[in-house]
Parts: sequence; structure tokens; C-alpha cells
Amino acid sequence: MSSTPLTAPPQESAPTQTGDRVFSGISRAAGLVILAALAGVFIFLSIEGIPGLFQDEGAYKGNGNFLGYVDTLLFGTVLSATIAVLVAVPLAFGIALVVSHYAPTWIAGPVASIIDLLAAVPSVVFGLWGINVFAPKMVPIYVWLEENLGFLPFFKAPVNPVGTTILTAGLVLAIMILPIITAISREVFNQTPVLHEEAALALGATRWEMIRLAVFPYARSGMVSAVMLGLGRALGETMAVAMVLSGAGGISFNLIGTSNPTSIAANIASQYKENTPATLHILIATGLVLFIVTFLVNFAARWIVARNERKLTR
Amino acid sequence: MAKSIDVSDLNIYYGDFMAVEGVNMTIKAKSVTAFIGPSGCGKSTFLRSLNRMHEVIPGARVEGKVMVDGQSLYGANVDPVAVRRQIGMVFQRPNPFPTMSIYENVLAGNRLNAKKMKKNVADEIVERSLKGANLWNEVKDRLGRPGLGLSGGQQQRLCIARAIAVEPEVLLMDEPCSALDPISTSAVEDLIHELKSEYTIVIVTHNMQQAARVSDETGFFNLKAAGQPGHLVEFNSTQKMFANPDNPDTEAYISGRFG
Repeated sequence: MSSTPLTAPPQESAPTQTGDRVFSGISRAAGLVILAALAGVFIFLSIEGIPGLFQDEGAYKGNGNFLGYVDTLLFGTVLSATIAVLVAVPLAFGIALVVSHYAPTWIAGPVASIIDLLAAVPSVVFGLWGINVFAPKMVPIYVWLEENLGFLPFFKAPVNPVGTTILTAGLVLAIMILPIITAISREVFNQTPVLHEEAALALGATRWEMIRLAVFPYARSGMVSAVMLGLGRALGETMAVAMVLSGAGGISFNLIGTSNPTSIAANIASQYKENTPATLHILIATGLVLFIVTFLVNFAARWIVARNERKLTR
Repeated sequence: MAKSIDVSDLNIYYGDFMAVEGVNMTIKAKSVTAFIGPSGCGKSTFLRSLNRMHEVIPGARVEGKVMVDGQSLYGANVDPVAVRRQIGMVFQRPNPFPTMSIYENVLAGNRLNAKKMKKNVADEIVERSLKGANLWNEVKDRLGRPGLGLSGGQQQRLCIARAIAVEPEVLLMDEPCSALDPISTSAVEDLIHELKSEYTIVIVTHNMQQAARVSDETGFFNLKAAGQPGHLVEFNSTQKMFANPDNPDTEAYISGRFG
């Protein structure tokens, strides 16, 4: 296709070749910049963070060593992000399906734009709303949870009287990651070939069966991407968690208690101002841990998707 | 099992636009009925209205009556999903489910109807349907492979196998050979001949020779003018249509003077 006949005069073929070269140069440069940025971040975190692993005992605020310091933070990060993803993902896929396959266009359009607008709200605003409005409103619900489901390790007394719990933080995070997951999965749902949808419908599939038969298999890779981007934001979110969560506690699965683990990013934000060289190294080291965790989660998800696809083409 | 279809005064709309106007015809059971006509004359639209696939497109609706063995297709308490389970459809381009194996593709419709199926029952359905679609010998050793790994003609026969696996009463085919090479086309045409003994078959085709080869009766659709709705010009036995049609427009189209 792209090969030019040998007899073509050079002045005719020259412009397209220049265009191709420029385009290929730009694309390659863009690709390399991404890799360089990633490598740069990693190198910075390593150089500045690795000394943080070997500081004096006092610098770890009574946790003995780096592992004892970071494990609570890592736990808080993963727990709040897990709550956020568990709540946001089903909701986001549901909204995306309604917008792409159920609702009539006159309602689907506005709903989609409103969800997109939610993505434009700054995280500080979510933090303010979370601590001033959302957290107090959640207290009665937490009390109810403790009274009725108190036998579960997640809902143990004493209930946090102001609602600044890890569950509140997780729910605020869920609202924050909802738009990105919804927007991406809506796009991939919309891309489903009509041919496959009609194949399912013509076999006598109901709408939900058609979605299971034609839409989900086609969209799976995009759905995983959407969840990964949402999870990435939940893991790294700083301001909202720092504001909402009163985190000073240790590792605990009690989601409504008074002592909650905080997250890595929120901890960096709150500790950064009063840093000494030693604690700064430690904070950067926790950043390195967060970076590696995010990276591994992404790799794992990609690997699962790729394995599924290999299975299909075998 | 095969059923006849009576259509009276059927108008088909996309929103306010009338696509097909005033169709009357009787499609006989256990026969092949072909629709021919120029592009955009509404023959595919009409075909899709016979299993209510038409209304999948937003704003699309019909007026008039379609009776399948005396039962109205558009009655108030008729579920379009149930209609489509009885009236199967094969599309212009082969559309096996890309993530499913050949085996699972054949069973896709049955899995919708009955959730649990014993392995030997499922095996039997797959073998019977693939044999019915003249595909069994080509794929029996690789039933676990993806349906997309087959050639275009094989994929189309896989889609036919998928459609007949649920034992429909009528089989609608919307230009089933237009994306296929002559050899695959001939395989599908042979198949249509065989299926006729069990099913009522309605086929839309752009290829007049194909209509002449496979069908017992032929309907010719045309537009009165550009922007006007399509209508049924003539409906007759295929033999008469191609030898001595009643309508001069039909003769002009068939002899290649337009279209």
C-alpha cells in the first residue's frame, strides 16, 4: 500500500515522505518522553528515598524501623483505595451501561456530561465537603452499622463521633474516581460493533443477555483500563484523604472506629511541612513504595487481561 | 415446525420517515422466498420487520399486520425476544461472537433459552447444527478454537448453524452471501436448498441469479422515486418472475435495464 512506484517522479512523492518522517519522529519522541519521565521519577525516588530506609530509630516516630513505619500507611492506602474501587466500579459500569445502552439519547447525553463535570471538581473541594458535610451525615449510619452488624470485624465499637473514618475517606474517593471509570467504560461500551449486538438480539437475547454476550467480552480490556486509572487515582489521592481522615492509628479492619490508618500520600502531605532531612528521606521512601505498588497493580491487571486474550486466540 | 407468514398493509417507519409502504404478501411454509430490488428500496428493512429486529433501531416502528401461522407478531402482549427465538436471522456479514469458540458460538442461542444443559445434549445440538450447516466435517476436530479463526464462508455457515441450533420456525437471511467468494456462496446456496425441507426461509439478495437459483417465490421491491418509500412491485413464483413477469418494471429490472 505505502510503497511508491519506482517510476514516480521524486517531487511528487517527496512531500508525503517528509510528512511521514515528521510524524514518525513526533510519535517516537512522545513515546520516549513518557519513558524518560517514568524513569526520571523512579530514579529520583530511589536516590532520595533509599537513605530513608536507614535512618535513626527516632526518625520513624516510635515505629522502630522503616518497615514498621510504612506498613500502616500502606495498609491505609490499600484499604481506602479498595473501598473506593469496590463502591465505585459497579456504580460506574452501571451508569455507563445506562448511558450507552438503556437510556434514550435525550437523557443519556446530559447524564454523561454531568458525570464528566464531576471529574472537574478539585480534590480540595471534595475534602472540604467530605469533612464538613459528608462525615457528620454518615455518623448515624455508622451507629446503625455498629448496632446491627457489630459482630463483623469491620463495624466495631466505639463509633467515631465525627465520622472521619477510613470508610468515609473511601466513599469520598469512590465519588472522585467515579467519573473517570464511567467515562472510559461508556466510551468502550459505545464502541461495541452493532453487528455483534444484533447477532445476540437475533438469537432472542434480552437486552441484559445481549450486553453479557456482546458488549462485555468486547469491552473487557477497556473496562480493566478504566478500573486501573480509577484505582491509580484512589491510591495516589492526597488532599481529600488528608482532610477527611483523622488517621493516626495502626492497622485495623474496623472501618468506623476512632483510630484509623492514614494513607501514604496523605501522610506525605501532612508531614511535609515539619520535615527534617531525615524525615524527608523517609517520606520520599514511602512515595517510592506507593509508586512500586501502583506499578505492580497495573502490571498484574494487564497480565490478567493479556492472558485472557491469549486464551481466546489460541 | 415451519410456519407461513401473512403480511397485510405493512408500513415501516424510521421516526417520521416512511421507509416501506403498503406491503401485502403471503410467505409459504417450507419454501424459499427471495426479495430483490435496487439498494435502499426497503427489502432489508422489511425483512427485519419480520422478526422485530427492525425496532432495535431507535425511532423505528411499523403499522399494519404480520401474522405467523395466524398469530400476530406485533400484538400488544407479544414479547419481541420470544419472537426472535422463533424467527432466526443471518446477517450480511458473518458475525460469530469473537470471544467464543466454535462450539460455544453454536450453543449461544440455546444457552439463552435453557441455562443448564447436559454435556451430551449440548454435544448433540452442536453436531446436528453444524451438520445441518454443512460445516461439521471442516471443524469437527477444532470445536474449541475461536469462531473468528474460520474463513468468511465458514464463519457465515457457523452463523447459520447458530441460528438453526435453536430450531426456529423461520430463518431470515439478509444478503447472506454478499461478503463471500463464489465457492463459499455456492456452499451457502446448497445449504439453503437443504434447509428448505425443514424451515421457512426468507432471503434478501442483490444477486438476481442467486434469487433465481435458490428461491421458489420472489418479491421485487422498488422506489417510486428518490425520497419516496419503497414498495412491493410484484410477488410471484420465481419461475414466472424471471420468465414472464406481470409488471413492466420488474422486467426492466431483471433484464438489467436499471438498478
